[in-house]
Formats: sequence, C-alpha cells, structure tokens
Amino acid sequence: MQPTQSKAQSLTLFEKIWQTHVVMQRDDGACLLYVDRHLIQDGSAPAFEMLHQRQLKTRVPSKAFGTPDHYIPTLGRDLTTIQDPEKRAMAQALEDDCESHEIPFFGLQDPRQGIIHVIAPEQGLSQPGQLLVCGDSHTATHGAFGALAFGIGASEVAHVLATQTVWQRKPLTLRINIEGTLGKGVSAKDIILAIIGKIGAAGAVGHVIEYTGETVRNLSMQERMTVCNMSIEAGGRAGMIAPDAKTIEWLTDKPYAPAGLEWDLALKKWSGLFSDPGAVFDKVVEMRAKDISPMVTWGNSPEDVLPITGAVPFPADASSAGKRQAIENTQLYMNLTPGQKLTEIAIDHVFIGSCTNGRIEDLRSAAAVAKNRHVAKGVQAWVVPGSGLVKRQAEQEGLDQLFINAGFQWREPGCSMCLGTNGDQVPAGQRCASTSNRNFVGRQGPGSRTHLMSPAMAAAAAVTGRLTDVRDLI
Amino acid sequence: MEKFKTLHSVVMPLDKVNIDTDQILPARYLQKPRANNFGAYLFKDVRHDGNGSLQPEFVLNQAQYVNAKIMLAKDNFGCGSSREHAVWAIYDAGFRAVIAPSFGDIFFNNALKNGLLPIRLSASDVVTLFNLTQHNSTIPIVIDLAAQTVLANPDFSASFEIDSFSKQCFLEGLDELGYTLSLLPQIEAFEKKLTS
Repeated sequence: MQPTQSKAQSLTLFEKIWQTHVVMQRDDGACLLYVDRHLIQDGSAPAFEMLHQRQLKTRVPSKAFGTPDHYIPTLGRDLTTIQDPEKRAMAQALEDDCESHEIPFFGLQDPRQGIIHVIAPEQGLSQPGQLLVCGDSHTATHGAFGALAFGIGASEVAHVLATQTVWQRKPLTLRINIEGTLGKGVSAKDIILAIIGKIGAAGAVGHVIEYTGETVRNLSMQERMTVCNMSIEAGGRAGMIAPDAKTIEWLTDKPYAPAGLEWDLALKKWSGLFSDPGAVFDKVVEMRAKDISPMVTWGNSPEDVLPITGAVPFPADASSAGKRQAIENTQLYMNLTPGQKLTEIAIDHVFIGSCTNGRIEDLRSAAAVAKNRHVAKGVQAWVVPGSGLVKRQAEQEGLDQLFINAGFQWREPGCSMCLGTNGDQVPAGQRCASTSNRNFVGRQGPGSRTHLMSPAMAAAAAVTGRLTDVRDLI
Repeated sequence: MEKFKTLHSVVMPLDKVNIDTDQILPARYLQKPRANNFGAYLFKDVRHDGNGSLQPEFVLNQAQYVNAKIMLAKDNFGCGSSREHAVWAIYDAGFRAVIAPSFGDIFFNNALKNGLLPIRLSASDVVTLFNLTQHNSTIPIVIDLAAQTVLANPDFSASFEIDSFSKQCFLEGLDELGYTLSLLPQIEAFEKKLTS
C-alpha cells in the first residue's frame, strides 16, 4: 500500500503529481499511473501493430494526440515525395492509425503541424499537474509546465493506448537550483549544457529533476522548455519547473487549455503545484548563473562540453587509462587535436531547429546574429522551424527573408537533421554546428560530427565558418 | 515473451561508458518492421568502418563471442533515445541479459518488456567481471533468475535486485499488458473519481 502522508509532510512538486496519479500499487512497489495526455508521433507504427495483433482499441482516444515529425520532408508538404517506401509508410501509418483509432491528429497539410514537443505546448495540450507521456525521450520538454512528462518505449506506448496507464517505479528526486543573472550571450541551452557538463550524462539516472531558483524563474516558457527538454541528456527520467504566472499566461486561451468554469478550477488546482518549503530531495545541486558561459560540445556525449573559450582536452589529463583511451577514440572520430582552441574548429553545416531549439524565440536570437551578415563560404546552413505556427510567426516578423538574405535555407517544420530519419543528414566526415540535443556517433548521419550549442552560437558559427563566441558578434 | 530461468554463457564485454541507443541501433533502421532481424543492425556503425568492412577489434566481430548471450557494460548503458529497437537488436543478436552498473531508464524498462534481462550490479562487481573476462575471454557466467545471482567460477558470486513482478514475467514468459487489462475495473474506478 501507498504509505499515508500526514498533512504536515512537505512534498516535492514531483511527489504531489505522482500521488494523484496512482491507480494502484503492486506488491513489489511499482505503481500503475494514470496518463492524462499521450502524445504520438510517426515512430509509433510498431506500437499500433502490437495493438492490432491483440485486437485492442485505444481506450481513451481524446487523451491522445498525434502528428508526424520524424519521417516527413522539410522541403515540401507532400508525403509522396518521400523516396524510401518504408519511411513513407511510417508517416502514412500514423495518419491511418490515428484515423482508425479516432485520435485527434494534425496532418502535414495542417498549418499547426510540427514537432510534437513544440506543438503540444502551442495548443495548450501540455498543462500543469498532468502526467504526460510520449514514445520519445524528449518528452521531458513538457515538464516546463509543471507536468510529470517522460519518454516511453513502443511496448509502453501500446500499453498506454490500451489501458490509459503506465507502470512505473517511483524515481528519486534531484533539485538543481540556479541563482543569479545570466551574462550577455548566455541562453537556456547554455544552462542545460552546463548542467550536463557538471553532473555528467548519467548524473540524473533514476531521478526526476526539478529546476529551481531565481535564474529558472526568470526564464521564459520557451527557455524553460529548452532546459527541461535535455533532462534526458543528463540521464534524468524527467525534468520539471513549478508553474507560475508565466505558465498561466502561456496557457490562457490556448485551444486545448481548459475554458470557462474548468479554467477557474484548473487555476485553483495549479496554484498548489510547487515543492513545499522543507520538502526533501534525494540530491541537490547548486549552480550560479554567472559561472555559465556560452557552451559547445567537442565530443560524442553531451557531457563532453566546454565554454567556447576552452580548448580540446588532452587525453593525458584523463583520470584513468580507460578514460584516456575513450577521449582518444572520440577525438579520432571528431577529427580534433588536443589543445586546439574550440574557436579554431571549422564547420561545414549549421542546423537551427529541433524540439530543443525550434521555437520562435530561438529563431529570433539566431536572426539577431545573422542580421546584416552572411553565411560563410562553403557552409550550408539550415533553419527548420519547430512548427507551422512558429514558421508563420517568423514569416510575419520577416525572419524568413532575413535568414534567406543571409544565405540560410528556410525549410518546413519537422525533426529534420537532429536525427536524420527523414533523410536530412550531415554527410560522413562533415562537421555540424547544431542546436539539437545529441552529439552521439552517427547521430546526424553515419560519420557525421556534431557540436551542440545555442541558436545564437549556431548562427555565429554559420557566419564565421567556425565555432565562435557569440559575445564577439553582439 | 520467452521464458527465462537460468542462463549459461560467455560474456561479451563492452568497455565504454554512456553507450547510447543511437550506437546500438542507428536511426536509419527505425522504420524497419519488427519482423526484420534487428540483430543484423546491432552496433551497425561501430561494427563496420566507413567502407562497410568489419572492424576486427570490435568485440561483436570476435569469434569467441559469437555465441555470447550476456553483455557486460559500463555506466549508463542504453542512454539516449527511447527506441525499443535497441533492445530488439540486442535480443535478435542472441543476447538475453545485459549486466551493467547503471542503465538508461527507458532502455531498462524496454528490456524488461522484451525478454532481455537488465541486471544492475555494483560498480566493483562489474569491474571484477571485466577483469575476469580480460583474464579469460571465454569464462562462462551463470545467471540464475530464481536465486537472483550471477556466478562465475571459481569464486565470483553476486546477487541482483529485480522487482517480483518482472521476475515472474520472465520466469513464466508473461507480459505486462495482459495483467493490466485484468485491472480495468480499478482503472475505471479511478477515472470516475477524476470526473466526479
């Protein structure tokens, strides 16, 4: 049985949400949790296939929501232009499965289509206090609204579709508290990269992270989404931020947000969503905003990250022979020389987009750097808006023309070159300054070399042709 | 799911931390139907060089591990993308267990649902196992699920934790969804409470 909590007990935000979603607890401690919102993208065909095999239907279609983002072209909006029949089938399957399961769906022709983690917040589908899941590891994005949001695998997607529930063992809690004011040119992306650099790619394994402190409170909703998005790159099960006036302002009048009486009830419920003073976290990390610089990754794990003023590490400085070997292998793959200044690394590609950094504020910050400048010779630079609404907003502000005049490609929304499943890939041996979330071996295409950074830093790299300290350009 | 009681096998050591699911199963195979042998795509870009030739120094290409059913790994194995295909690739290549000090959370759950037993051992036990395999690459390891032990002669013995439900599913070859469907009355009662 769930241990009874006395009223006086201080709870974390995570514990408050967890408690209200437990349908039942197994003898071994695992809890059956009720899912309020299930987001679905075009990687979901295997999960629907599992349902078909067992002749099961979606239990509560209205709590699910689907849109294609992984396999779709970014040069047009026509599925028939996808050359690979298996990839075309994935995008088509989502449309067919959503139709036959009566799941709300934004197709490629819908101006509101986009990356699932960008459009769910735009539509007000992501709300405080929810338990939200998606068959994608960047689901932690929605924790920016004070939801408990985490990624699940295909079997779990099928399980949620069939039962509207998911089994989970209660994770531990990690509070990351950041105080102070960010310096010039330092963004939300730099915060999360600095966190991963500090605690490591496994630093939050088994934990749900709550981001707190003055620096976090001062972030916009879009910036909070960037921070929560990459919780998984620190190993976190989820990342979350307590809702506040900014959260409520964002949700006001959003299409899927509660309305009328329900809105008033929701506000009342949401007002209790914060970690009580004295609530105990299993781990606490303290950071200071003034210590955070514009960051770039040099290796093949997000933890291989340094301030842009740094240099490629020397393997000899590693703490063990194993680590030395690992650094040598990484530098071989990345074609880097120990001691080389990061600002001396020349790039071939720039990718501005993804569920991490494909929102309007991201495009504005990249545009501010690209303005009155031009993409360096030999560099191919892309801007891929996170959604149709982001694209339209950017076009109303003239950002599309600004980017095009500066030599960037202006494309249609989708996951695109973050993981290249739709064919938007970085060729082998080429180097990409990317606003995405993973610099793994082969992530952007076999043999590709990825450096992660903020949109402003990526724009700076685009115009100089090498990794660049954006503070020198603003 | 296939039943799992005991497993006797050599172990294939993967001496690297933070092995991500993009390496285990590159994204360009994600659209393949489950009926495919995903074992053919396992560590595709690590097994081969840029020209498609096998990399002899990579363990998966070494003769002594051809029949290995147990993988031995380091911290944060299976981190990154939620793709269940990473588990399918390891399973289809013949592996039935992965031993590591820690796993990516989503990978761990995916493994439990597909008959691939993820075993967390202490960092020191994992180091000992790495040393044993370095000393004798074909040393057999025995995993006994009922007893929750990992044994290697002459004197390595470690016990591991697994929740009793997952243990039962592995021992009897059951899956979770069937069990949850039997709980629909409880789920419906919870929903009534939500709307009242």
